[in-house]
Amino acid sequence: MTELLASPLRKLGHLAINAIWRLGFASRFLFAILMNSGQCVLRFSLVIREVYFAGVLSLIIIIVSGLFVGMVLGLQGYNTLARFGSSDALGALVALSLLRELGPVLAALLFASRSGSAMTAEIGLMKTTEQLDAMSVMAVNPIARVVAPRFWAGVLSMPVLAALFNVMGIFGGYLVGVVMIGLDEGTYWSQMRNSVDFHNDIVNGLIKSLVFGVAVTLIAVFEGYDATPTAAGVSSATTRTVVTSALVILALDFILTAFMF
Amino acid sequence: MPVSSEYFIELRNVSFAYGERPVLQNINLRIPRGQLVAIMGGSGSGKTTLLRLISGQFRPQQGEVIVDGKDVAKMGHSALFAHRRRMGMLFQFGALFTDLSVFDNVAFPIREHTRLPESMVRDLVIMKLNAVGLRGTQDLMPAELSGGMARRVALARAIALDPALMLYDEPFTGLDPISLGVIALLIKKLNAALGTSAVMVTHDVNKSLDIVDHVYFVANGEIIADGTPDQVRAAPSPWVHQFIFGEADGPVRYAYPADSLLADDLRLQGAPHD
Repeated sequence: MTELLASPLRKLGHLAINAIWRLGFASRFLFAILMNSGQCVLRFSLVIREVYFAGVLSLIIIIVSGLFVGMVLGLQGYNTLARFGSSDALGALVALSLLRELGPVLAALLFASRSGSAMTAEIGLMKTTEQLDAMSVMAVNPIARVVAPRFWAGVLSMPVLAALFNVMGIFGGYLVGVVMIGLDEGTYWSQMRNSVDFHNDIVNGLIKSLVFGVAVTLIAVFEGYDATPTAAGVSSATTRTVVTSALVILALDFILTAFMF
Repeated sequence: MPVSSEYFIELRNVSFAYGERPVLQNINLRIPRGQLVAIMGGSGSGKTTLLRLISGQFRPQQGEVIVDGKDVAKMGHSALFAHRRRMGMLFQFGALFTDLSVFDNVAFPIREHTRLPESMVRDLVIMKLNAVGLRGTQDLMPAELSGGMARRVALARAIALDPALMLYDEPFTGLDPISLGVIALLIKKLNAALGTSAVMVTHDVNKSLDIVDHVYFVANGEIIADGTPDQVRAAPSPWVHQFIFGEADGPVRYAYPADSLLADDLRLQGAPHD
C-alpha cells in the first residue's frame, strides 16, 4: 500500500526536480547567450538575416490574424455595447483590448508557433547533423554564431509584430464598426484617442511583447540546443517549444497585468 | 611537460567514461608528425571518443592528451579554440551547413578566422574546391550534392586554413566504391601535400590499409594491436584477424549470449549458454 502511494509521489517529485533543473539550465543558457552577444553587435548582418526569417516571414500570419481578431472584436463588441446603448465606445473597446492584452498575447502565441518552432527544429537538426559540432571544432562558438543572432532577432521582432497586430486589429474593428455597421467614423477614432493612454496602454503593451519575445525565443533556442539528436528528439523538442511557450506567455501575461494595470 | 617533437599527438594512460559506463581504459597512443594513422575497431569501441578527446570536445577523466606539446585536457577556453584553429575535421556525413552554399561553406572558416579581403577569400575557396576536384560547384547548395560530393566539399572546408592536424571521422561511411576511392585518394594526396599529421577513425579495412602509415586497433576500450598495415595483416591476434578478414564468428561472437535452447524451451533461467 505504501509502495502504491510512493510510486506516483516519486514520479511527481522527479518531474518537479527535472523542471527545476531545466529552469536552471535555461537560465545558464541565457547567461551564455548574453555573454556571447558581442558578435551580434559587431556583425549585425547576422541578426538582420534572422530577423528576416523570424520576423518578416511571420508578417502574413500576424497581419491576417490581427485583422480577423479586430473584426471579431468589432462584431462582438458592437453587439454587447449596443445592449447598453454605448456602441459609440466601440473604438475604445477594440483599441484597449488589443493594446493591453490581445495584441501582445496573440502575437506572441503566433510567433511561438511559427518562428519559435522553426528555430527549435533548425537548431535541433543542426545538432543532429553535427553542424554545431563542426562549428565548434572550427573554433567558432555555436552559441555566438547560431544561437545569439536568433535570440536577438526574436527579441527585436516580437514588439514590432505585436504593434503590427494591434494596427491591423484596430483597422479590422474599423472595417466592421464603421464600414459594415455604419458607426460614425469620427466617434470611432475620437473615443479611441480619448481613452488610450500612451504610457499606460501602448508602452505597457510593448513592454509585455518584449518580455514575451525574450521568453519565447529563449525557450525556442534552448529546446533546439538541448534537443536529443534524433528525429524523435527534434520532434518532441519542437512540440515542447510550442506548449511551454504558450503556458509561459499566459502565466507571464497574468503577472505583468497584475503589476501594470 | 614538453614532449619529443617526433610525435604530434601522444595519449598517456587516458581513461574516459560516459557517466558510469567506461569507454576507454588506460589508452597509450603516439602519432608521429606528418603521418596518417588509422584507429580501427568495431562500432561502439570508443574510436570516435578518441577523436573527440584529441579535438578537445571531451576531456578525459584520467591521463593526458598531448597535441603538439600541449595537454588538450588542461586547456582553457581560448587555448582550446587556438588549438582548434590549427586543426581540420572531416565528419562522418560531412556536416555541411545546409543553409549556406558550397562556396560559403568552404569560406566559413576563412571568414571567421581571418580578415582577408573578399577577393582573396574567393581565390582560396576556388583553390580548395579545385584541390578536391569540385571547382564549378561553388553556387550549389548542399542539398544538390551527392553523398560523395558533399564529403569532398567538407574536406575542402576542413583544409581551408591549411591545418597542422587533420581528423577524419569515418570518412568512407555510406559511399559508393568510386566516391570511396576518390575520398581515399584525396586524403592520401592532401596529407602528403600539406604535410599534416592526421588521425582517421574508420572500420573500412581494405581502403584504409592502402593509404595509412600506421594502424591502432581498439576493442573494449583498449588498444589491442598496432603496427604498419603489413604488420597488422600478419598479426597473430585472433581479434585483428577476424576484423581484417571480416569473419562472422570469432572473438566477437556471432550469436547473442542466451540460455541454451533446451533451457529456453523448459523456461529455465541461468542454464549454461549454447
